[in-house]
Amino acid sequence: MNEPVRMTYREACRQAIRDALHADPRTFVLGEDVGRYGGCYAVTKGLLEEFGPERIVDTPLAENGFTGLAIGAALAGLRPLLEVMTCNFSLLALDQIMNNAATLPHMSGGQFAVPLVVRMATGGGRQLAAQHSHSLEGWYAHIPGLKVAVPGTVEDARHMLAAALADPNPVLIFEHVVLYNAEAELDSGVSAVDLQHAKLRRAGRDVTLVTYGNGLPKCLAAADVLAGDGIEAEVIDLRMLRPLDMPTIVGSVQRTRRVVIVDEGWKSGSISAEIAARLAEDALYELDAPIRRVCSREVPVPYAAQLEEAALPSIDGIVAAVRSIVPRRD
Amino acid sequence: MTTKIRLDRTHLHHLWRQMLRIRRFEARCVELYQAQKIRGFLHLYDGEEAVAVGVASALDPGRDAVVATYREHGQALAWGVPMTTLMAEMLGKVEGCCRGRGGSMHLFDRRRRFYGGNAIVGGGLPLAAGISLADKRLRPGAVTACFFGEGAVGEGVFHETMNLAELWQLPVLFVCENNLYAMGVPLADSEVETDIRRKAQAYRMPAEQVDGMDPVRVEDAVRRAAEHIRGGHGPYFIEARTYRFRAHSMFDTQAYRTRDEIEGWKRLDPIERLRAWMVANHELSDAEAASIEAAVDAELDAAVAFAEAGTPEPVDQLERFVTMDEVVQETQP
Repeated sequence: MNEPVRMTYREACRQAIRDALHADPRTFVLGEDVGRYGGCYAVTKGLLEEFGPERIVDTPLAENGFTGLAIGAALAGLRPLLEVMTCNFSLLALDQIMNNAATLPHMSGGQFAVPLVVRMATGGGRQLAAQHSHSLEGWYAHIPGLKVAVPGTVEDARHMLAAALADPNPVLIFEHVVLYNAEAELDSGVSAVDLQHAKLRRAGRDVTLVTYGNGLPKCLAAADVLAGDGIEAEVIDLRMLRPLDMPTIVGSVQRTRRVVIVDEGWKSGSISAEIAARLAEDALYELDAPIRRVCSREVPVPYAAQLEEAALPSIDGIVAAVRSIVPRRD
Repeated sequence: MTTKIRLDRTHLHHLWRQMLRIRRFEARCVELYQAQKIRGFLHLYDGEEAVAVGVASALDPGRDAVVATYREHGQALAWGVPMTTLMAEMLGKVEGCCRGRGGSMHLFDRRRRFYGGNAIVGGGLPLAAGISLADKRLRPGAVTACFFGEGAVGEGVFHETMNLAELWQLPVLFVCENNLYAMGVPLADSEVETDIRRKAQAYRMPAEQVDGMDPVRVEDAVRRAAEHIRGGHGPYFIEARTYRFRAHSMFDTQAYRTRDEIEGWKRLDPIERLRAWMVANHELSDAEAASIEAAVDAELDAAVAFAEAGTPEPVDQLERFVTMDEVVQETQP
């Protein structure tokens, strides 16, 4: 019998990387400070000592260059696992991600796959201000050719990487900075996840909360609060922003007939906007109330604690959004 | 020594025929463009043929790899991509080397390790570095040739790649095709240091300048470079001085350069120069020249006929290859 294992999200990421390096000699980790420093969020700590400098490669500060290099290595048979410190920095590599990784398979008429995995930190909540705190995963979900994974639980952090590395397409994994210290007991019965399906994290009959990443613990906490009022919220963890698992969302909305989308991205042009639009297109008559969204306020995320807190989706904000569309049951 | 060129009659004829194939392919592309059978951007290689042909002649297509730019018909032809599938791609047909999805600027051939046609200036450089990193581990001895124009040296990613390639001693050959103008801007108007070799040398990379109007000199330099690279001594940089005889693309009125300048460079035409040299040295008879020209024309006629007879990809296939899920399943044993 396997002992139940308790670990943090960070340790789950690290264990997944370690497994990947053991499983496939073509896999190697590269990125800024992944080796000697151990990763800017300490995810790769100890891996240089364990696997050596051929497998754990510190790069110069050259995001576009080393991302393009990783794409080339993937084209020619390796399985690079790239770490970009934060998704804000990934904008320096956007040319390579968009113009090469996402387009070469199609442009070449299906001749070249780009089996590349890019991990990056995303999101706010640690007072890192406006160049380290944004949630840009929704932007990347705009791009055909990419897959966008957003592990919101320790279990997904532990298992999504293997699926991403096995995928023939470029997969971007967004790890929320606030989740790194989250701790959970792993279900020994779960050893793999797919990169297609959202997951029902809590069942409820009155409203559907659709979320991902660090929105998940906030939605679960909001559901607890609402349960005190007799409102039963269903919580769906998207897990993938591209492809989007609309059947799971629509299936839930058919039961609850009300939906609140919680997204740490800015509301304008966000993944929450995309989901709302698709619900309006495909499931409008399933809804008994307007779609509500809880997103980040439209400001660059500020430093001061109270300002940052006000800028990001909150449990209170989610509860208020639900109450605005669910009739009181008294 | 494997690095010496055997300048025998057969090899000279090969170099000349390859350059002629490119020149006449481009001429036919212009006709097809004017007939509106080729659309979009069309960047022609006239005048620069010696560079692609010299590089391909010194390397081993299929073992070695190529990353090229949007002006890459010549590299593809010299590398052995069949003219038929290239012309079908120009016409956007499913028989094209990219099933009509790439067009003139994005020619790919996996089997021959031709990694495209990249239309973001500088965008191919880190790809080439990455391919060479994979080769260093998986295919020791292979060289990746990376073509780019002198305009690319203004891009940050050029410098990032120079540093990475030398830092990690990657088996990559950088071939800068310096045709003096980045679209319409002359090098001296955009760069402080116009001696491009020195930029590579600043990254401690061995670098040389070569006459890009002479395929023998290019081949000679590339053989030297390949020996260095295959010996495990890291990357190598060649600046080929060349000139494009035609406009940047079909939309260019060439207000930025003079007729005299163009005519001056045309006197260095690599095809005419090699022909004259061979004739003077009794390496090419009139009959041989006529026979080579006829063979090239016949190949072109066949390629155009193949392309014209090709089929448009059905529109219901539009979203294929956006992800590779289907393709990888198909190719798995």
